[in-house]
Amino acid sequence: MSKSRPAPLDYLARWPLRLWIGLVALFLYAPLVTLIAFSFNESRRNIVWTGFTLDWYGAVVNDGDLLEAFGNSLTIAALSTVISVILGALIAVAMWRFRFPLKPAFEGALALPIVVPEICMGVAMLVFFSRVMPWPTDLPWPLDLGAIIIAHISFSFPFVAVIVRARLASFNRELEEAAKDLGASEWRAFIDVLVPHMRPALIAGGLLAFTLSLDDFVITFFTAGPDTVTFPVKVYSMVRFSVTPEVNAASTMLIVVTVLLTAIGLRLQGRDIAKLEGGQ
Amino acid sequence: MSALIRIEGVSKRFGNFAAVDDVSLDIRENEFFALLGPSGCGKTTLLRMLAGLEVPSEGRILIDGQDMANVAPNKRPVNMVFQSYAVFPHMTVAQNVGYGLRIDGVARAEIEGRVREALGLVKLDGLEARKPDQLSGGQRQRVALARALIKRPKVLLLDEPLSALDAKLRETMRSELAMIQDQVGVTFVMVTHDQDEALAMACRCGVMHKGQLQQVATPADLYEYPANRFVADFIGSVNLFEGRLALDQPDQARVEVPGLGASIWVDHGVTGATGGTVWAAIRPEKIELHHRGAQADVGGGDPPPLPAGTPVDANLLEGSVRHSSYLGSETVYEIEVAGGRMVKVLRSNVRRYEERAFEVGDVVWLSWSPQAPAVLLS
Repeated sequence: MSKSRPAPLDYLARWPLRLWIGLVALFLYAPLVTLIAFSFNESRRNIVWTGFTLDWYGAVVNDGDLLEAFGNSLTIAALSTVISVILGALIAVAMWRFRFPLKPAFEGALALPIVVPEICMGVAMLVFFSRVMPWPTDLPWPLDLGAIIIAHISFSFPFVAVIVRARLASFNRELEEAAKDLGASEWRAFIDVLVPHMRPALIAGGLLAFTLSLDDFVITFFTAGPDTVTFPVKVYSMVRFSVTPEVNAASTMLIVVTVLLTAIGLRLQGRDIAKLEGGQ
Repeated sequence: MSALIRIEGVSKRFGNFAAVDDVSLDIRENEFFALLGPSGCGKTTLLRMLAGLEVPSEGRILIDGQDMANVAPNKRPVNMVFQSYAVFPHMTVAQNVGYGLRIDGVARAEIEGRVREALGLVKLDGLEARKPDQLSGGQRQRVALARALIKRPKVLLLDEPLSALDAKLRETMRSELAMIQDQVGVTFVMVTHDQDEALAMACRCGVMHKGQLQQVATPADLYEYPANRFVADFIGSVNLFEGRLALDQPDQARVEVPGLGASIWVDHGVTGATGGTVWAAIRPEKIELHHRGAQADVGGGDPPPLPAGTPVDANLLEGSVRHSSYLGSETVYEIEVAGGRMVKVLRSNVRRYEERAFEVGDVVWLSWSPQAPAVLLS
């Protein structure tokens, strides 16, 4: 052979692979780039580029309805994330630590919200909140968001539970026994030893729950009362008339918020994992 | 010396399986006690019951006269060094060592002083701010040791403390652990499967097998006066001869071993059932080797002199060297005797050069003194 075989990473230096990577990146990001680019478009219509402007961002900031929807979305996401993380982590600990009758059935049922089609969840929530437990509509903010928050928790906490459960598999139980042996109560040992071990999973799970909640349309659409509007629902209703650059601008702001949060989360998680893995 | 720990008829069952089976044991104050046995013998379960991490199915445990039945692990006057060391990965060395005091709400200044003192004891001065992932295995173990000792427990429990260390480090830690025990004057209870470790460090050892305590004795007594075949075989190496107790008097006894060609005579009584099956255990280093001549002149050569009073046909065997392993300080020979039986003999290499060494194929006499064999009834 005149040419030596390339090492695995050398393949990246060859044009077919580079082309492939380029195509993947194009299909992934071209729509997003277009969305962001046209948020600066001067034209009312989204199809022709006529010039640069920041007016649409001004319009978003002055659009009371859109801002309210945005605020609602963030509130719902924040509250459902906090509760999902607590609930999911506790369930994961229970599944990891205890044996009880029907545990496999319980474990399977826990995964249901992950696999059940969203539309079914949405309809189920609609029926539940209209027939079984009607949520009062005249509550002060943010209690009026209760039904949506409950719905969001119900589909996001299983994700947290699954992630935390996986993390717990690597826990050395002698650590907890050592804490108790040194005088820690059950609670102290949990806080001092188990929670630090779970932390990366809690952050990852929380991040997932937050983004799931923030961009959920289907279930929110079915659960929301006539007066509550979240960001995705609001965008949907705006798009029904016409896709104006205002929608683009609002979406761009949402993208920036999620990217920032993800980056912060990954940073924290990365640091934590490096610390914990090294200590094992 | 009073008993600090009293274990009374303690059993631990997991389903039908008895991990610990009716164990009674006293451990004295300031003692270094080793629980010794093969893996799965129940020694760790017993240790965990002392720590309160397992609850006995039967029996009771008293520490310093107090019944531990309803005392949670965090309320017991014992601390433990875990097999995995269980050093908290997210805390610094100082935080790890001070953890127990922090839980107890000791003042910060006092914690600092005592942490420094404990780290000095285990020779980790200056590493306070390190994280466990920046420590070697040996250092992590020292952290675990300091962390357990800082609360000044009445009893320190050690679960296989040296098993994760490499051979050289194990040697140093052995003597160091013994020194630390001497210094702090705390009762140490150690679990180990390594007999050398137990014999070298402990004042007394308890040998466990299948959940039962086989024998509790000093290392020397365990080795020289084993209570049964399991102990004789587990501690060190041994030649076991199954036979019939032919004679049993206060000042002598004789075991007849079928097919061996000689009986085994001891200069003390056995107090067993005459005619019953017994086992004579002879340690390899207690058998003497004598040249008998080359293969060619089998039948020639005089037997070595035996102590006066030794009956004819006792404590003397003919054999031929089948295998020899040179181990530096000593050589282990495997000698085939009558009936194809193999006998292990150990000779110290006290001279650098021997005019007539024992080679494979040599025909030899084997003899032992009447004190050498231990006669076992079970």
